Amino acid sequence: MAENGQTQETVTVTIDGREVEVPKGATILEAAEGIGTRVPHYCYHPGLSAPAQCRLCLVEVEGAPKLQPSCVTPVRDGQVVHTESEKALQMRQGVLEFYLLNHPLDCPICDQSGECKLQDYVFAEGRKHGRSREPKRVFGRDDFGGDVLFYGDRCVMCTRCVRFMDEMEQEPLLTVVERGSRSVIDTFFDRGLADASFAGNVVDICPVGALVSKDFLHKARAWDLDHTPSICPNCSQGCNIELHTRDDLVQRLKPRENQDVNAHWICDYGRHRYEWMNRGDRIEAPLVGRGGGRRATGWQDALEVLLAGLEGAAGPVRVVASASASNEDLGTLAALTHALNGEGAVFRSPRAADEVALPGFPKLKRRRDLVPNRTGAELLGMERVGEDDGSGGLTEARDHEGVLIVLGDELPDQDGEFGARAELYVHLGSYPSAAAQAADFVLPITTFAEQEGTFTNFEGRVQRFWPGVRAPGAARPAWLVLGALLARLEGRAPETRPAEAFGRLGSLAAEFQGLAYETLGTRGALVNEPLRIAGDR
Amino acid sequence: MGYPYSHEKEVRLISRGFGDPAARTLDGWKAMGGYEGLEKALEVGPSGVIDEVKASGLRGRGGAGFPAGVKWSFMPEKGERPHYLLCNADESEPGTFKDRELIRWLPHQLIEGCLIGSYAIGAEHCYIYLRGEFFETTQVLARALEEAYAAGYVGENILGSGVTIDITLHVGAGAYICGEETGLMNSLEGRRGLPRVKPPFPAAAGFFKSPTTINNVETLSVVPHLLTNGGEWYRQWGTEKSPGTKLFCVSGHVRKPGNYELPLGFPMMELIEDVCGGIRDGNELKAVIPGGASVPIMNVSDCLECSLDYEGVAKAGSMLGCASVIVMDETTDIVKQVRRLVQFFSHESCGQCTPCREGTTWLTRILSRIEDGRGTEQDLDTLLDLGEQMTGTTICVLSDSAAAPVASSIQKFRDEYLALIRRGERVGAA
Ligand SMILES: Cc1cc2nc3c(=O)[nH]c(=O)nc-3n(C[C@H](O)[C@H](O)[C@H](O)COP(=O)(O)O)c2cc1C
Ligand code: SF4
Ligand code: SF4
Ligand code: SF4
Repeated sequence: MAENGQTQETVTVTIDGREVEVPKGATILEAAEGIGTRVPHYCYHPGLSAPAQCRLCLVEVEGAPKLQPSCVTPVRDGQVVHTESEKALQMRQGVLEFYLLNHPLDCPICDQSGECKLQDYVFAEGRKHGRSREPKRVFGRDDFGGDVLFYGDRCVMCTRCVRFMDEMEQEPLLTVVERGSRSVIDTFFDRGLADASFAGNVVDICPVGALVSKDFLHKARAWDLDHTPSICPNCSQGCNIELHTRDDLVQRLKPRENQDVNAHWICDYGRHRYEWMNRGDRIEAPLVGRGGGRRATGWQDALEVLLAGLEGAAGPVRVVASASASNEDLGTLAALTHALNGEGAVFRSPRAADEVALPGFPKLKRRRDLVPNRTGAELLGMERVGEDDGSGGLTEARDHEGVLIVLGDELPDQDGEFGARAELYVHLGSYPSAAAQAADFVLPITTFAEQEGTFTNFEGRVQRFWPGVRAPGAARPAWLVLGALLARLEGRAPETRPAEAFGRLGSLAAEFQGLAYETLGTRGALVNEPLRIAGDR
Repeated sequence: MGYPYSHEKEVRLISRGFGDPAARTLDGWKAMGGYEGLEKALEVGPSGVIDEVKASGLRGRGGAGFPAGVKWSFMPEKGERPHYLLCNADESEPGTFKDRELIRWLPHQLIEGCLIGSYAIGAEHCYIYLRGEFFETTQVLARALEEAYAAGYVGENILGSGVTIDITLHVGAGAYICGEETGLMNSLEGRRGLPRVKPPFPAAAGFFKSPTTINNVETLSVVPHLLTNGGEWYRQWGTEKSPGTKLFCVSGHVRKPGNYELPLGFPMMELIEDVCGGIRDGNELKAVIPGGASVPIMNVSDCLECSLDYEGVAKAGSMLGCASVIVMDETTDIVKQVRRLVQFFSHESCGQCTPCREGTTWLTRILSRIEDGRGTEQDLDTLLDLGEQMTGTTICVLSDSAAAPVASSIQKFRDEYLALIRRGERVGAA
């Protein structure tokens, strides 16, 4: 059954002796991948057209006189396919030998090493020794502009990069120049990829080390990187990504497939905004007390003192939040605010003048809201204030005389006078800030890269992310800190898992009802109420 | 009139008029019975035309020899998308020089063929894709086309029939691969001349994704005669499976190289010895490539009994292709010739398919090394193995074409390779 409830016609094929039922119209390659049979290929990419030119995915189909390109050959009922037959293996070995004719074999200094399809395939199926005694053709290197560097001699001429620019970005900034074995990928004269908005993807889809990222150049070996599924925090699209980390530092962001959000792609804007996740200037311990009396302490102590302060405070509660915080952080903050009879929180968030769409997959846009969780914050009753550059809007908070709670806003436009009149000023943040000078409590919280949680994207898709780097010092997720306070106020045991913090969301906003943290999986789920979206996100 | 040579055994149907400048003009062509075929076609209707062409058994002259009438009948009923006829005048196969002569001497014959073909398949627009280097040819054809437009044979309401057919000339940029039918379509659309994966076949989705038929210049040049004289008439020449006449482009070491129109099934040796006046300087025949650069090479014993029709040449282990007979005498250095041929394919490979892009170059390099006297016997095994890797594994058959002369020459002239590899002995060297 297809998702829309209509029955889909299927056919039964036998692949390497295994019978499988697949939708009519699928290709042999898709059918094979569906049962975990990998057919080597370069030119085919699930997000692009298939030119069937690399000739690596040729398989034997019983009854066909020649080997068939599995990437474009549709399945037929009763078809018998052999991906590992002698003929197919021999053919692949031959094609792989062709690829190595002019290849410089410079794996030791190639960034792709360890995640290179040429390395993988040759290692698995190639000849032990190539037969070529001829000198190698040399193309050399080229700066393609933007973040992209081209190592011509490593190119396997799959044209994925050209097709990405043609079909997805729809700005044909790359092309094949010349023909035959003189073919080489190039830009048009001095007009390079700097003009593009999604060109980083060509580095991702290049199956070898021919296109590499300048930013990542010689920074880390692929096998030293840990991969953590995450969500891009740089706009409200919520592209599915992986954090690639080494030694607790984020080295790069890579797209993670999700057809409902970003397919296989991410934008350059988002891709290159990760350095902040590695900032070393962090608040590492809870700080209690104002001015000269401020001292670092442990969580237990800090929370005891804070609790006493909150219970003794007389003034109204005012809250400044952040749309970069997770649903769990914001939900717990909202619940605590309720418990303290406070007003709804405000938050500020930067907004770009325009959105930037990927024409070939137009659902993917770098959205105007340059934060990941504006929708989440608004569903939880928080109100956006201030300017589109993320400043302003805090006049009332600044001089508030009751209890002031700030979560996740670094307040770069504020000075030491911020919150100075507050009866009690609690500042939960990751980075030292002048505007935290007057705070009675400065509590270290983790960034999204250091904690587990969810964001709600522009269209109300709730998506999970996982911790990729360790939290510095005593920094803790905000939901855990605020949850502990709330539990004490309510006289019960605190939540210890993000799922529990997530579970509270339904009681705060009906839209979250029916969603369960565990079933969100890696693809996320839409909130269950139709979303009324103010303005274009 | 003959051009440059003629022979009494020739049957000049489509080459009548070669060498006669008058035949180029509208009046000259009409004096030869020109445009009668078109009138006949408009009388019998599209299906009548297809029946006549089918009855003649005319096979495509571009190389593959696919029956023209059958190809036309693959075209779907008229639908939303326009139909197109493309005439392939990219003629770039080494050894082939028939299409340019057909256009140069009898441009109206081709124009008439294009009109009839377009009419038969329901196309209102025909493109003639000319090889980039055909300067004079293109001029001649353009002048004739102007004349034909002015006389009402081309354009709107042809001869008052209500039928509209336009013909556009398109000059390529001189790439062999743009002669491959789908490469030609891409080129004509303004893209790189890259052959397309089939299916879809041109009749389903060809030029601009529309139903398209593509035919060679010679194929279309025959068509007016089939309408004028009837399809059966054509069968009085040739064999059952290869009916009619064919232009043979003979080049190489014969005394009188040139184009000869002969009935299919003509004996190869008679062509060389008699029609072409024998081998130059009284030398011995050594090898023949019978169908243009892309077919297997034949040695003398292959040639002796070979009849020049599609089946006869296949039986002799090669292919008739476009009937470009390259004759080589005893002074020929086979290794050098084969290297030169393969180098051509390597230069012309479009570069999409790995086996062709890398294989053609590798073959060339190994052959060059052997030629330089630095070969090994193992190289021969490698060459044969590469040939196998390159055959039947790519998008178009250029790859197979490059492999064919290599494998066949090693098979038939192994001694010559070995003499060079082992002892540095070279044919033709003093
Ligand atoms: C590499 C390659 C080059 C070709 N070049 C030509 C050409 O120059 N002229 C031509 O008529 N056919 C050429 N062909 C054959 C065409 O693809 C096609 O079969 C032919 O134009 C069909 O016409 P026909 O059916 O009238 O023979 C070539 C084929 C290949 C594979
Ligand atoms: S640069 Fe990479 S993606 Fe582009 S054609 Fe070469 S191997 Fe393929
Ligand atoms: S579109 Fe938005 S979420 Fe996606 S990569 Fe760009 S900035 Fe990140
Ligand atoms: S076989 Fe050669 S010429 Fe033909 S499509 Fe492939 S690479 Fe191009």
